[in-house]
Amino acid sequence: MSPEIFTLLALWIPLIGALFIALNGSSPNRRELATLLTSLLLLWNVLSLLPSVAEGARPSVDLTPALLFGIPLRLTVEPLGMAFACVAAVLWPLNSLYSIGYMRGNKEQHQARFYTCFAIAIASTMGIAFAGNLVTLFIFYEVLTLSTYPLVTHKGDAQAMRAGRTYLGILLGTSIGFLLLAITWTWWATGTVDFTPGGILTGKIHGPEVAILLALFMFGIGKAALMPFHRWLPAAMVAPTPVSALLHAVAVVKAGVFSVMKVIVYIFGIDFLSATGASHWLIWVSATTLLLASAVALTKDNLKARLAYSTISQLSYVVLGGALATSMGVLGGSLQIVMHAMGKITLFFCAGAIYTAAHKTEISQLDGLGRLMPFTFGAFLVGALSIIGLPPLGGSWSKLYLMLGAADADQLLMIGVLIVSSLLNVGYLMPVVARGFFLPTPASGTASDNSKKIGVLDNIQEAPVLCVVPLCLTALGCLLLFFYAADLYALLAPIAIP
Amino acid sequence: MDHLPALQVVLPLFCAPLCAVLGRANLAWMLALAASWLTFLISALLLHEVLQQGVISYAMGNWPAPLGIEYRIDSVNAYMLLIVSAIGAIVLTAARPIVDTRIRLPENKKPWFYAAYMLCLTGLLGMTITGDAFNVFVFLEISSLSSYVLISTGRDRRALTAAYQYLIMGTIGATFILIGIGLLYVMTGTLNMADLALRIPQVSNTRTLHVAFAFLTVGVGLKLALFPLHLWLPNAYAYGPSVVTAFLSATATKVAIYILLRMFFTLFGAEFSFKTMRLDLILLPLALIGIFSASLVAIFQTNVKRMLAYSSVAQIGYIILGISLASLTGLTAGIAHLFNHALIKATLFLALGCVSFRVGAAKLERMAGLGRTMPWTMAAFVIGGLSLIGVPLTSGFISKWYLVVGALERGWWPVAMLVLLTSLLAVIYIWRVVEVAYFKPPPENEVIREAPLALLIPTWALALANLYFGLETSLNAGVARQAAATLLGVTP
Repeated sequence: MSPEIFTLLALWIPLIGALFIALNGSSPNRRELATLLTSLLLLWNVLSLLPSVAEGARPSVDLTPALLFGIPLRLTVEPLGMAFACVAAVLWPLNSLYSIGYMRGNKEQHQARFYTCFAIAIASTMGIAFAGNLVTLFIFYEVLTLSTYPLVTHKGDAQAMRAGRTYLGILLGTSIGFLLLAITWTWWATGTVDFTPGGILTGKIHGPEVAILLALFMFGIGKAALMPFHRWLPAAMVAPTPVSALLHAVAVVKAGVFSVMKVIVYIFGIDFLSATGASHWLIWVSATTLLLASAVALTKDNLKARLAYSTISQLSYVVLGGALATSMGVLGGSLQIVMHAMGKITLFFCAGAIYTAAHKTEISQLDGLGRLMPFTFGAFLVGALSIIGLPPLGGSWSKLYLMLGAADADQLLMIGVLIVSSLLNVGYLMPVVARGFFLPTPASGTASDNSKKIGVLDNIQEAPVLCVVPLCLTALGCLLLFFYAADLYALLAPIAIP
Repeated sequence: MDHLPALQVVLPLFCAPLCAVLGRANLAWMLALAASWLTFLISALLLHEVLQQGVISYAMGNWPAPLGIEYRIDSVNAYMLLIVSAIGAIVLTAARPIVDTRIRLPENKKPWFYAAYMLCLTGLLGMTITGDAFNVFVFLEISSLSSYVLISTGRDRRALTAAYQYLIMGTIGATFILIGIGLLYVMTGTLNMADLALRIPQVSNTRTLHVAFAFLTVGVGLKLALFPLHLWLPNAYAYGPSVVTAFLSATATKVAIYILLRMFFTLFGAEFSFKTMRLDLILLPLALIGIFSASLVAIFQTNVKRMLAYSSVAQIGYIILGISLASLTGLTAGIAHLFNHALIKATLFLALGCVSFRVGAAKLERMAGLGRTMPWTMAAFVIGGLSLIGVPLTSGFISKWYLVVGALERGWWPVAMLVLLTSLLAVIYIWRVVEVAYFKPPPENEVIREAPLALLIPTWALALANLYFGLETSLNAGVARQAAATLLGVTP
């Protein structure tokens, strides 16, 4: 089959899968089998596409004839999108396994709706990854927002509804208010919205307009969670943990920073940005977000909230990489998309496993739990070290390239920011592991509830095997990414180094 | 085939008395249904012919223009005829269950409902197709009088006062239009629009002509519910039966906007309307204030039909905004939104018709849990709502896009921003309904079933059309662009 067919299939496989899941909604076994098969099929499909793209092919297909002003819905595969699609496609089967363990372990309601929306969200992620022009990107971006709304409000209680309102309000608000305006402006200024290597804006807009347009894009892509438009991400944590893991650590947020990267590389062009200096302000905004979000993470006792703020901070690494507008910065940011995805999904899997096994959500409750759940806490340690950026784990490469990029851009202060941020990462991630392994299990209180507490702790054991296996695999993935980073680098290099 | 323009109007006109004398509601419905689908077919044929061969001119009763009445069809009104007849046919298809149960007429008077509906359709089609200014007034009165009747059949007794309010305002509007036409006749001695267009420039700097222009603008503004002349609309839409609201919101105000377009661009010419009279300076702020205030008011409504009525005022604001840009893109946006908004509002009001058919009233609190008990109805409502917001892949997105580009072309940055920001107000009021319907538990002591297929199928046909025209834009955007070019007298 030709690469064009694979490109189309990447969109259709999860969509048809969603249909099958919805049709088999009443039978848990059949709908979960459908989810697993769909995710594996998508993985095979995306991996089949990989070799030809790595060799330089850029398959492109039009989904519709000209839609507006002769702009069609177009899918075009290029290295950055390929890497993003691979991340989502590799992690979806693992996440599906984990979802089955988690959703059954916690006896969640409305599981058919859950799996259906999940598959639609993955389909729109593929659409974003392979979008050939800004309009296509925008459309799938909105579909992703809408299809994840039922997942965020899954519980259906007042808190979930409030969170859902914040989620939808910020994401739709920024995208319609700023991003759509930026896209129409781009079209009006250049007459095209295609992603073109080297950018399309050179010579078309001038002076302060460049910085304003960049601001409309950057704040319009609310999924990148640049402050002050980051509130939706902690709000989305009311969702079941598999959603937080794959969508709010990987697919949705990465769709945001991926779009940021794509706009910087293919719409503005690195050379244009560095020549005009229009992205200087963005360096500072992203550095501020990076440090502030880490500082807020330190104050959170709820494990998922802490991880959410950590995600906000880590996303800003990618934006920072783009804002530096140097080859190394862009590559570092792109690597960060992949590395952080693998690390953060491990951490969320662990948080969910802890909740399933012990029903603990606060970090202060985790004392001594690590000795009871060694695999979960071991994997958490690996994921945390990768986020911090220590060798031999994947996260170290992206941090290194970002620092090189900062040096290339003569932003030496940013190297300092990155180092301080890594220290902050140690500060908010390590206590979780340390409490689990080293602190004694909580001393019993009064005699009356003594028996109850001991009873609770006695019951705790490692989470269901369907939860534990995926998180061990993603932890292993963090390790493998360190050793196979060269291949990833080779795939991504053409976007930054002509 | 030559007499299609006449048949377009004559067919529903003759059908109306037939409906009234048939005596049986079901028979009357079937007759009206057949007639309305035939009118739709005729309008489709006319549009095809116009797009192929250009303007059609038809002399009524073989009396040649400018003395006789001329029916003149170009891409603008062929497109409007299609909208009106399509919505008329689809809504009528859904009408029977609602007319059977939800209107305040004794059983033996129900055929009269269909007679009034047919008359209203006649009036709207006539206003659109005719090339004679006085004829416009005649058909306007036919459609207005029948629509007062239609609204007053609403089950809620407040429908009567709403219809009365509409009658007063509508009559003032019609009188203004008549005065305007009279003044034009005094100055030019002709009523044929093509003829008027030739003669008006010769007298364009007279005070009388300026006054005529003002009377016509205000009169038509009343009929199309231009802010702040919209006060009749919320009550009329809220208390009229759902099918009537669906039909009128999608067609009546749209035809009034078409008359406005004809007047500004064909009769007086864009040069006079926008350069001499500086109409853009009046329309633009009114449109913006209308969009903003009506959207805000919509957020605080507890009657969902009333909420959508205010949303209609806001959406009319978008159309007027597009017109006030007076550029090819702006006008395309306005005309495309005529089409898209007709689809959107017909979908939403029909979905509400399904709701009120089952739960009694379209009150927000009565909609709790409908996402579970009436899943298909609410899904159609959500699609219509997304299209109203202007989410991509729906038809509403197409018009928003053109509108923003149109504003950018003129360099009106704040306007482009406002258009997008006000879409967010639509998110708020639509989402209030979605939250109640999907997240509140259904009332425990009553069983609510999904609406009957007779209602669901037309509703879904419209909902799917919202999605289809979001992807296939050659009809809504493509023909709209051609129509805009015709009005401005440029090549598309």
